[in-house]
Amino acid sequence: MAGKPELLSRMAAGDGHGENSSYFDGWKAYDENPFDLHHNRGGVIQMGLAENQLSLDLIEEWSKAHPEASICTAEGASQFKRIANFQDYHGLPEFRQAMAQFMGQVRGWKATFDPDRVVMSGGATGAQETLAFCLANPGEAFLVPTPYYPGFDRDCCWRSGIKLLPIECHSSNDFRLTKEALVTAYESARSSGTVVKGVLITNPSNPLGTTTDRATLAMLATFATEHRVHLICDEIYAGSVFAKPEFVSIAEVVERDVPGADRDLIHIAYSLSKDFGLPGFRVGIVYSFNDAVVACARKMSSFGLVSSQTQHFLAKMLGDEAFMAMFLRESAARLAARNERFTAGLREVGIGCLRSNAGLFSWMDLRGMLRGEKTAEAELELWRVIVRNVKLNVSPGTSFHCREPGWFRVCHANMDDETMEVALDRIRLFVRQHQHQKAKAQRWAAKGHLHLSLQRHAGIASQYHALSSPMAALLSPRSPLVHAAS
Amino acid sequence: MVGKLLPAASPALSHVATSGSHGEDSPYFAGWRAYDDDPYDAVSNPTGVIQMGLAENQVSFDLLEGFLREHPEAAGWGGAAAGSGVASFRDNALFQDYHGLKTFRKAMASFMEKIRGGKARFDPDRIVLTAGATAANELLTFILANPGDVLLIPTPYYPGFDRDLRWRTGVNIVPVHCHSANGFQVTVAALEAAYEEATAAGMRAAGVLLTNPSNPLGTTMERSVLEDVLDFVVRKNIHLISDEIYSGSVFAAPDLVSLAELVVSRPDVAERVHIVYSLSKDLGLPGFRVGVVYSYNDAVVTTARRMSSFTLVSSQTQKTLAAMLSDDAFALEYIRTNRERLRARHDHMVAGLARAGVPCLGGNAGLFVWMDMRRLLQGRGDEATVADELRLWDLMLHEVKLNISPGSSCHCSEPGWFRVCFANMSLDTLDVALARMGSFMDRWNKATTQPKEH
Repeated sequence: MAGKPELLSRMAAGDGHGENSSYFDGWKAYDENPFDLHHNRGGVIQMGLAENQLSLDLIEEWSKAHPEASICTAEGASQFKRIANFQDYHGLPEFRQAMAQFMGQVRGWKATFDPDRVVMSGGATGAQETLAFCLANPGEAFLVPTPYYPGFDRDCCWRSGIKLLPIECHSSNDFRLTKEALVTAYESARSSGTVVKGVLITNPSNPLGTTTDRATLAMLATFATEHRVHLICDEIYAGSVFAKPEFVSIAEVVERDVPGADRDLIHIAYSLSKDFGLPGFRVGIVYSFNDAVVACARKMSSFGLVSSQTQHFLAKMLGDEAFMAMFLRESAARLAARNERFTAGLREVGIGCLRSNAGLFSWMDLRGMLRGEKTAEAELELWRVIVRNVKLNVSPGTSFHCREPGWFRVCHANMDDETMEVALDRIRLFVRQHQHQKAKAQRWAAKGHLHLSLQRHAGIASQYHALSSPMAALLSPRSPLVHAAS
Repeated sequence: MVGKLLPAASPALSHVATSGSHGEDSPYFAGWRAYDDDPYDAVSNPTGVIQMGLAENQVSFDLLEGFLREHPEAAGWGGAAAGSGVASFRDNALFQDYHGLKTFRKAMASFMEKIRGGKARFDPDRIVLTAGATAANELLTFILANPGDVLLIPTPYYPGFDRDLRWRTGVNIVPVHCHSANGFQVTVAALEAAYEEATAAGMRAAGVLLTNPSNPLGTTMERSVLEDVLDFVVRKNIHLISDEIYSGSVFAAPDLVSLAELVVSRPDVAERVHIVYSLSKDLGLPGFRVGVVYSYNDAVVTTARRMSSFTLVSSQTQKTLAAMLSDDAFALEYIRTNRERLRARHDHMVAGLARAGVPCLGGNAGLFVWMDMRRLLQGRGDEATVADELRLWDLMLHEVKLNISPGSSCHCSEPGWFRVCFANMSLDTLDVALARMGSFMDRWNKATTQPKEH
C-alpha cells in the first residue's frame, strides 16, 4: 500500500511564509469581527494595514475622464488585441517611459530615470525577492536597520534562502541609522562567518514614517562602495512624504553627493501600492544601476509581470504629468492633515508618536504603558489588550524587530475621517482608564497596600488589565504597584 | 569633486544570476531574435521572417472584443451590476487578498468545467491565482521539490520548462524519453528508466510533470496512459503535476481526459495531483498574466496561496475577466467557436504541408503541429544527429525565412522534428508560409533527385 507522498518541500513545510508572526495575528482578529461604520461599530478597526485610501477618488475621476486608458471601453477597444497579446518581459515601452518619468517627477526632478532600467515585478513583494535572488546566495545576508517591515523576512528570505541581519537603531536618536550601528552589525556578521552581500533600507521608513537624511544616504553609498556590498533602497513611500524635510532618493545622492560611488551596487525597489493606493494592481518595479542586474531581473520578471491591461492604464495615467503633479500635491496634503489629526488626538491623552514626515502610519510610543519590565512579553500583553479589548488592530513593534519594547505602528490612512475619530475615541478612553487605574493604585500604595491583586477587582481588571508602569512622558517615575490579573 | 572611492570591482552577483539556467541561449530564443531583426509584414516587409515559433492564439480575439462591446458595464467600473462582484474602482484597486476575487475564482472554476464538458467539478476555493502558468509551474516546484531533487518530464517538452522549473528552484529535470514509434506516448518502461536514472545519480524524484494536451506534440494523452502514470506516481510515492493550459484547444477526437476527471474515480491519489491552468492560450490573453494552481492537496493549496504573494493577478484584470467568464452563454459559445477555428487552421496547415510532402504527427489539440522533417536529414548513411537538425533549422530560418522550433530544443530524442505554430498569424500569412514551404520542398526534392555523379 502506497503511503502519502513526501508531502511538501522543506521550504513549503517551514514557516518562511512569515504568517506566524504577531503582525498577522491582529489581521485574524480583524477578519473575524471587522469594524463597519454603519453595521458593526463594535468591531475591530483595522490599523495594521498600510494602505492609502485617502486619494483614490482622484484616480477614479481620472479614469472616468479617460476611458481610452481602458482597453475594454469603446474608446480603448482598438488597443485590445495588441495589449492582450503583449507579454514581452521588457514591458510596454510607453509604460516604462511613463514610469521612469514619474519616478523623476516624484523626486522633484532631482534625479532622472532611464526607462530601459525599469523592470517589472509582482508588486514590491516580488521586487524584493528578485533582488535577493540576483544579489545573494542562500545563506548570505543583507543587513537591515530595525525596526523594519515584517514582510521582508518572507519577501527576501523565504524562497531565496538569504538571511536578514538587524542593524539596531534606538529611540535615543529617533531610530536614525548610524555608521556605528552599521559597522557593528557588519563586523558581527562577518565574525560569525556570514557573508554580507548587501544593506537594505526603506526610505521613507516603514514603520517609522521618517525620511533618511542626505548625509546618512551618502554614508551608506560610501560604505557600500568601500566594503563592496550592495545597497538596496526600498522607496515605495517616496510619493507619501507630506512634510519637511523633503525626500532625498539614493538616485539623487549617487548623482550629486557621492558621484564616486560604485553604481553597480545601487538598486531601488518601487511600487504603486502605497503612493497611489493601488495594491490590487500589483505594480512592482526593480530599478538597478547595474546592467547585469537589470538583465537578470528582467528575465526573472517572467515570474511576476504586470498585467498588460494594467500597464496600458498606468502608462496613460502616469504619463499625464499635470494630473500627477496635482495628485502628488493633493495626496500629500491629505496625508499631512490625517497625520496631524491623529497625532493631535493622541497628544490629548499624553501619548506621543515619533515625529513623522512620511508614510501612512504613526510610530506610537506606549512604553509608559507596559507592565513591569519593558520586555517583548509585556509589549505583546499590551498588544493583546489593545486588539481584544480596545478592538484596534495595531502592530506591535517587536513584529518589526524593534529592540525597544513598547512601540506600536498605527496605520491611519486606510480609513475615513469618522472611523478615525472612533479609533481615537477608543484610544483616549483606554488611556484615561489606564491612567485612572494607575492613579488609584498609587493612592492605595501610598496607604500601604503594597500588594494588590486585581483579581479582587475583577470587574475593571478583566476589562482592561490595568498596568503598573506609568507613562514615561507624563506621570511619575515607575513604582511597584498593582499587578494585573493574567 | 570626489573621485572614484576605490578601484575595487563590484561583488559578483548570485549563482542564480550568473548561471545559464535562464535558458536564453537556446535556439528557441535565437529564432525569436532573428524574427525581431527582420519581421514579416505583408506590405512593408514581405520577405521577412514569419514567426511560427510562438504558441499564441490569435484566432478568437473578435469574440472577446465583441463581448466587451456588448457589455459596456463589464468594461467600466460599473460595480456589482457588472457581475464582477466588486463594488467600485476603490474596492478593486485596494483588493490585494491573495485568495483572489471570489467571483473571478468561481468564473475560472466554471470555465475549467465547461472545457471538460462537465466531466469534472472544480472547487473555487482550491483555485490559487498566479501571474501566468510560468509562475504557477515554478511555484509548484518550490512547494513539491527540494533543491537537488528532480522532476521527471516526458519528451519532447516545452523549452521554457528548463528555466521555469529549474532556474531559481535548484531542481533538475530528468527526461522521460518518448519515441515516434508509438506516437511519442509515455510508457511505463520510460518512466521507470527515468526514475532509475535519477536514483542512480543520487537524486530524489519529487514528481512527474505532464503537459496534457501536449506542447509540442499537439495531442491529448490517452486515458490508459494517464492511468499508468497515476499508478507509477503511487508506486513511487511521488507527485503528479498536470499542465493543462491547452485544455480549451482540443478541436478533434479524442476528447481531453483531464487528471481532474481521473481523480474523481481515484480519490486515493488526489493528494498527489496538481493541475496548472492559464488563460494565455485558450483565451489568447498572455499579456494579462492569468495562471492557476489547482491542487487536491490542502497543504499545497495553503502554501501555494501564500507563495502567490510574489505573483498575484492584477485585480483590474480579475474584475474584467470575472465579468466575461461568468457569462455562461458567452463562455460556452467562445469555447465552441474557438475550437472550430483552431480545427480549421490546423486542418488547413496539415493539408498545405501534405501538399508540400511534409507529414505531421496526427494532432487533435494545441496551437501548433509537430512536423516530421526526418526525411530531409537522411541520405548520408549515418544516423541523423542534432547537429543535422540544427543545420536544417538554420536553413529554414535564414533561407526559407520561417522561424520554427527545432525538436532538440524540446529535448526530443529523435532529430528531425519541428514544432510549427499556426494560430498566431492571419490566414493570409499562413498561406505565405505554406507557399514558402512548398517552394522549399520543391527545390529540395529536385536537388536530391538529381542524378548522382558516378
